Amino acid sequence: MVFPGMESSSILDTKAGVRGRQGFQLTARRKWKGVKRHWQLYLLVLAPIAYFIIFKYLPMYGAQIAFREFSIVKGITGSDFVGLKHFIAFFESPNFWILIKNTLGISVYSLIIGFPAPILLALALNEVRNVRFKKTVQMVTFAPYFISTVVMVSMIIIFLSPRLGFVDHIVRAVGLESINFLGVPAYFKSIFVLSNVWQGIGYGAVVYLAALAGINPELYEAAKVDGASRIQKIRHVDIPGIAPAAIILLILSVGQIMNVGFEKIYLLQNPLNTSTSEVISTYVYKIGLLGANFSFSAAVDLFNSVTNLILLVVINQFAKRISENSLW
Amino acid sequence: MKRANAIRESLGDRVFLGIIYAFLIFVLVIVIYPLIFVLSSSFSSSQAVVSGRVWLWPVDFSLEGYKVIFSNPAILTGYINSIIYTVLGVLINVVLTVALAYPLSKPTFVGRSLIMMLIVFTMLFSGGLIPTYLTVKSLGILDTRWVMVLPGAIAVFQVIIARTFFQATIPKELNEAAELDGCSDIGFLWRVVLPLSKAIIAVLVLFHAVGTWNAYFDALIYLKSPELFPLQIILRNILILNSVDAGSLVDANQFAARQGLRDLLKFSLIVVATVPILCIYPFVQKYFVQGIMIGSIKG
Repeated sequence: MVFPGMESSSILDTKAGVRGRQGFQLTARRKWKGVKRHWQLYLLVLAPIAYFIIFKYLPMYGAQIAFREFSIVKGITGSDFVGLKHFIAFFESPNFWILIKNTLGISVYSLIIGFPAPILLALALNEVRNVRFKKTVQMVTFAPYFISTVVMVSMIIIFLSPRLGFVDHIVRAVGLESINFLGVPAYFKSIFVLSNVWQGIGYGAVVYLAALAGINPELYEAAKVDGASRIQKIRHVDIPGIAPAAIILLILSVGQIMNVGFEKIYLLQNPLNTSTSEVISTYVYKIGLLGANFSFSAAVDLFNSVTNLILLVVINQFAKRISENSLW
Repeated sequence: MKRANAIRESLGDRVFLGIIYAFLIFVLVIVIYPLIFVLSSSFSSSQAVVSGRVWLWPVDFSLEGYKVIFSNPAILTGYINSIIYTVLGVLINVVLTVALAYPLSKPTFVGRSLIMMLIVFTMLFSGGLIPTYLTVKSLGILDTRWVMVLPGAIAVFQVIIARTFFQATIPKELNEAAELDGCSDIGFLWRVVLPLSKAIIAVLVLFHAVGTWNAYFDALIYLKSPELFPLQIILRNILILNSVDAGSLVDANQFAARQGLRDLLKFSLIVVATVPILCIYPFVQKYFVQGIMIGSIKG
């Protein structure tokens, strides 16, 4: 059976093949003709590209103040060049190891708890045959995604506060004394990570549920015929099915390991917990914008960005080696 | 048939399924309880809230907290500002995102992979807080309404989502036919592509609206004038910094009452700030899920 469209597409193919053989000059000229004919498309991208140049690439160019002694009068390129002075000052400052320890501690903890949590939820939801229950759980767990950081943090503060919060009610009901949780440095990481899981688990599960829905039903049939138990089915069908998505997300989160979200940490900080809650991003903000120490904090920031980029590239190569999944 | 299935469902499987249901119910309760607690507290009297009598349902039903909020000028200004930033921001965001994503969805667009690369790179690496601040400052938009909508106008992942969508849903033949009829590229985008892309535009609008409504960081670093503050900054001042004394909000005479009202106010504020978005959520959940799914397709 021949479809009307098939013929014409095969003609186009031969034409393309002939053109391809006629060499580079012709393609270049054809390209230019295409640009002229579709000039409106090139007009459209101008404004967005200007956006990226102004708000993304100009700051990258401006990051050179990390190597200079920035003065507002002299401007970015006019300020005196000081080389690695600010980087060395940062590496040698007593804050360096504390910041690295806090930042890495929080993000590794986040990764260990926060990465598998949505996978667990998705795998569990996938076992549920009762559609209404499944929808309800999905809908409710997704809802906290809409809560803003400010509200989230104030909820945490209220819940953990010695008078108002239900956590304190529970603590006292068990017969323990009230604890000012946010004032204890040792609890900070757990508060941050667990509340993130609370807020993000439903959102995170969506990707995995989509991946699970895309698994070939024949695999389940085959598993059933082989007499696989539910656990075996999860291990041998579900988990391999979501592995590609999981690996991509894992690469991305490892690439962000030095980026602990500023917004939430900053709001959760108080003078009592800064020994464990001060991370690179909050430090950059305080030193840089509040302390007006532009060059030094730009150096700290740049160190952070570069480390992240290197980590991302390394982990991506690694993932490429051991599996077929990678970002590029 | 049913019997056969029942036999095949082994004891181990049934126990396992029971564990799964227990786990999901546990998650459900953990997620929903704090929300109910806040909602119930906000509708209780300040005495009940302060003395910790609220567990599940409102105690001594009252609307004191809400009355105070809706008579407070700072909160109202914040609300209006947030609406302005969200509407304006979404408008700019959608226009720019489509203007970038649509040309990039064309295989024949010259320089498409280069542009794509340069855009994705900004996702992986940035100049940092201070250089960005200095750039914004040199543009002269510090402490203006523009600073709330321009620096975050385009999100790379939105461009990727939109591009993937256009590639997958707009047939090439349609474009060729329109071209033969003398339709320009922008005309085609406006009259054919956009009407076909309502789903993706809804996704863009929702993601950006939620993001803008909930953001406070840009306002924190770029805004100085209180009359420009979005709701989230006002919330931060009241909820986290405790900087607004309830005494300035109402004419409460007794200190204790004032203190109680201040605590009650927090719950009501959380509800007032979150409910607008939570209300639209059930209607738009479909689009959100779609958006995350399109975004997860490697493209």
